[in-house]
Amino acid sequence: MAGETLTASSYIQHHLQNLTYGNHPEGGWMFAHTAQEAKEMGFWAIHVDTMGWSIALGVLFLWLFRSAAKKATTGVPGGLQNFVEIMIEFVDNSVKETFHGRNKVIAPLALTIFCWVFLMNFMDLIPVDFLPRLAQIITGNEHLYFRVVPTTDLNATLGMAFSVFALIVYYSIKVKGVSGFIGELTLQPFGKWMIPFNLLLEGVGLIAKPISLALRLFGNLYAGELIFILIALMPLWIQWALSVPWAIFHILVIVLQAFIFMMLTIVYLSMAHEDH
Amino acid sequence: MNINLTMIGQAIAFFIFVVFCMKYVWPPIMEALKERQKKIADGLDAADRASRDLDLAQEKAKQELREAKVQAAELIEQANKRSTQIVEEAKEQAREEGDRLVVAAKAEIEQESNRAKEALRAEVAAIAVAGAEKILQTSIDSNVHGDLLNKLAAEL
Repeated sequence: MAGETLTASSYIQHHLQNLTYGNHPEGGWMFAHTAQEAKEMGFWAIHVDTMGWSIALGVLFLWLFRSAAKKATTGVPGGLQNFVEIMIEFVDNSVKETFHGRNKVIAPLALTIFCWVFLMNFMDLIPVDFLPRLAQIITGNEHLYFRVVPTTDLNATLGMAFSVFALIVYYSIKVKGVSGFIGELTLQPFGKWMIPFNLLLEGVGLIAKPISLALRLFGNLYAGELIFILIALMPLWIQWALSVPWAIFHILVIVLQAFIFMMLTIVYLSMAHEDH
Repeated sequence: MNINLTMIGQAIAFFIFVVFCMKYVWPPIMEALKERQKKIADGLDAADRASRDLDLAQEKAKQELREAKVQAAELIEQANKRSTQIVEEAKEQAREEGDRLVVAAKAEIEQESNRAKEALRAEVAAIAVAGAEKILQTSIDSNVHGDLLNKLAAEL
């Protein structure tokens, strides 16, 4: 939706550009007007759309569950409580199957990941032009960048993955001690005469966890969104024939990706709790 | 795709959400779930106990019924015995009464016949005297022959 000069590639690029607010070397603190400007802002910039939507969805999730928790009765549960209880039981069972230690953090963490990632993924099912167009009309800016699916922003998935990574390191050290954790990184699989090699191997294994976690979610959702954008480029009369099957298939993908992110988090944290 | 501050913002938001979920969402619902589980388990227990109680009560009722039947049979038997006894007694009494009546009647008959004999004797004496008077054509002094005649009458 870039006005008269709309071409397929500019449409796609426009859709893949976040609304960035940051410190431009020449313009100071401002919203980036082009992808080039956003790039020039470097690290000290923030994707307002990603943050806004992810926080809004996180708050929605917590508000929904909190309102159910406040009214939680031991008697006959109502509709909302039923739903919340099903979710919690599902997450609790998943955690119990994988993680056998005692840890109060992992289960709520898994629930938050699952619901939040699901909600963020779910934004992908809203027609690609709907919310960006709405934002453009509201702000009156025809060139406004606006992406509504936070998980198609690598920053969002990396932020979550590195949080999980921090927890992995924290619990590894807490359970095994600093020496235990360092020993785990250096003394296996080949014993103490191969310490550099061991460190390389285990270090890659450790770093691969958050990176794969982030990239898997990002890649799936980014690809899904791209397909929706491509479908949106087709003639209007054929769009439904492609977007409906893809959306139905995508329902599976968004749930599956949320579930995978949750399960892998549980698995990584339970691995962090285990002594070899 | 630019890696920037968003990543850190996202991590902070994630951290806050997890803490909130851990403090205010997870515990109350888990609590409610556990309590409901306990309630249901208790309810099932109570149901089990109630059915066991019912079985016991039914067993007891059956036993009482059996005892009552036995008692009733005993009572009926006693009553039967008593009734036969009463009938026997009544029969005995009746027989005794009948005997007594028979004896009394016999005595009366004896008495009656004695009286009739007495009367007959008197009359026979008179008739004999009258007959003899006729035969002898003479009057017999009843005073003289009275003793004789009385003797005769007594012999009849």
